[in-house]
Amino acid sequence: MKINIKEKIYKWIFTVFAFASLLFLVGITVILVKESLPLFQKIKFMDFFFGKLWYPTYDPPEFGIFPLISASFWIMLGALFICVPLGIGSALYLNELAGFQQKAILKPVIEILAGIPSIVYGFFGMAILSPFLQKTFHLSTGLCALSASIVLGIMATPTICSLADDALSYVPQSFREASFAVGADRWQTLTRVIIPAAGSGISTAIILGMSRIIGETMTVLMVSGGAAVMLKSFFDPVRPMTAAIAAEMGESPMGSDHYHALFAIALILFGLTFILNIVAELISRRFRIKLGMSR
Amino acid sequence: MVKQVKIKAENIDFYYGKHQTLKNINLQLYTNRVTAIIGPSGCGKSTFLRLINRMNELVPHSRVSGRILFDGLNIFDPKVDPVQIRRRAGMVFQKPNPFPKSIYENISYGLEVNNMTDKRYIEEKVIDSLKKSALWNEVKDRLKDSALRLSGGQQQRLCIARCLAVEPEVILFDEPCASLDPISTGKIEELILELKQDYTIVIVTHNMQQAARVADYTAFFLLGEMIEYSDTQHIFTAPHDPRTEAYITGRFG
Repeated sequence: MKINIKEKIYKWIFTVFAFASLLFLVGITVILVKESLPLFQKIKFMDFFFGKLWYPTYDPPEFGIFPLISASFWIMLGALFICVPLGIGSALYLNELAGFQQKAILKPVIEILAGIPSIVYGFFGMAILSPFLQKTFHLSTGLCALSASIVLGIMATPTICSLADDALSYVPQSFREASFAVGADRWQTLTRVIIPAAGSGISTAIILGMSRIIGETMTVLMVSGGAAVMLKSFFDPVRPMTAAIAAEMGESPMGSDHYHALFAIALILFGLTFILNIVAELISRRFRIKLGMSR
Repeated sequence: MVKQVKIKAENIDFYYGKHQTLKNINLQLYTNRVTAIIGPSGCGKSTFLRLINRMNELVPHSRVSGRILFDGLNIFDPKVDPVQIRRRAGMVFQKPNPFPKSIYENISYGLEVNNMTDKRYIEEKVIDSLKKSALWNEVKDRLKDSALRLSGGQQQRLCIARCLAVEPEVILFDEPCASLDPISTGKIEELILELKQDYTIVIVTHNMQQAARVADYTAFFLLGEMIEYSDTQHIFTAPHDPRTEAYITGRFG
């Protein structure tokens, strides 16, 4: 009888733990929606989303976040140009070419890279990369979309590499053997069997990398330059969504329109990453089915 | 028909790390004959089979000594390209392993990687291979379907078709029926007996009845050594070695 009660208590405790994250998710969503709604009673969502002017402290203020959204988008795109080839290339190397010993060293090193705090990357971008870009391209400031893209690209590389490496190692050895057995060489096996088989797993890796890039705050706050205007080139200083929230939250009076507008940005950001994660999950589910693995 | 030696293994030793899994194997395989290799788990029979198409070298820390002569050519000669050997010696694996591609692409893949580009030739070859592997009637209307939707037995026949398409001279079967039901097993065995007209066949099997049904010659392996090798009837009715007799009568294994 006593054991029975004990078991019930344990079961309850762990049920609470398990559902805690769901609770947090719901809580965050509710608060974001609740705090951003007052803004949309004053301005239309479309004007907010597509408005090209972000002057939240002017009189009258302008709350158009399109410059912020496009900054986030272009920085992400630039970063992808770096982290996709680097991340996938290194994953392919780890899986196909690196011997057992090299892999034993490289894999942990890449994972350490993923664990470096973003402020350290920010420092690197501010102190080394930006001055370098400024000098090389004769810019008025090195803090611009390009430097943010480069730093974020490097930051997201280990994420993509690690996930793509997992996807590649899930491809059964039997596919490899089957390909070799009909006289395919290593390159043919890699490009025609292994990469297609791991394809959706690799795309999941890229999407989660995107999600990481778009949500990154500290680094972009430090290196993107902070100008909330539409960018004309990658050398312009920009202010992506995350940086806007981080920089302005402290100076917006609680309950003001500006305050609610920042919550609305957060809501959009949250929606974006949420969609990216769902897409990644759907693709990886298909991936597991394709490789004959159950959920 | 006079029997011709297709493959000759001479003094084969094989090591995984420090562990020796094959000890001085000498064995001849004859053209247009089925040779079965039997023995308990871990006796080295699959290892030996995978030496013939140089598949074992994909395993790290492995080492081989001795020679395997394929029509007189030593396949371990540094000048020999393993890709060429694998093309001449096709392999069917223990677990059916079709690619996650369509039925058609599973077969055309082998042709394409061997630099065939003529679409019509490839198509003819795909159909021909499916007919030879007795799968054509079951799949002719759905060649574009994923191969993974086929049943286990059908998948294994598809793997045989994939292997036939590149026109090997030797087919290596590595316990091809281990994961199949008796009816599918029967079909594969029938197929092996037909294929022997055109190919040299080696089959590794756990199943002694299977060896007795399909093989002309049988080799018995135990703990990395070849204990006995002769024609199948002889092995099953009057084995020389007491260990062979003990195994085939089911006293261990």
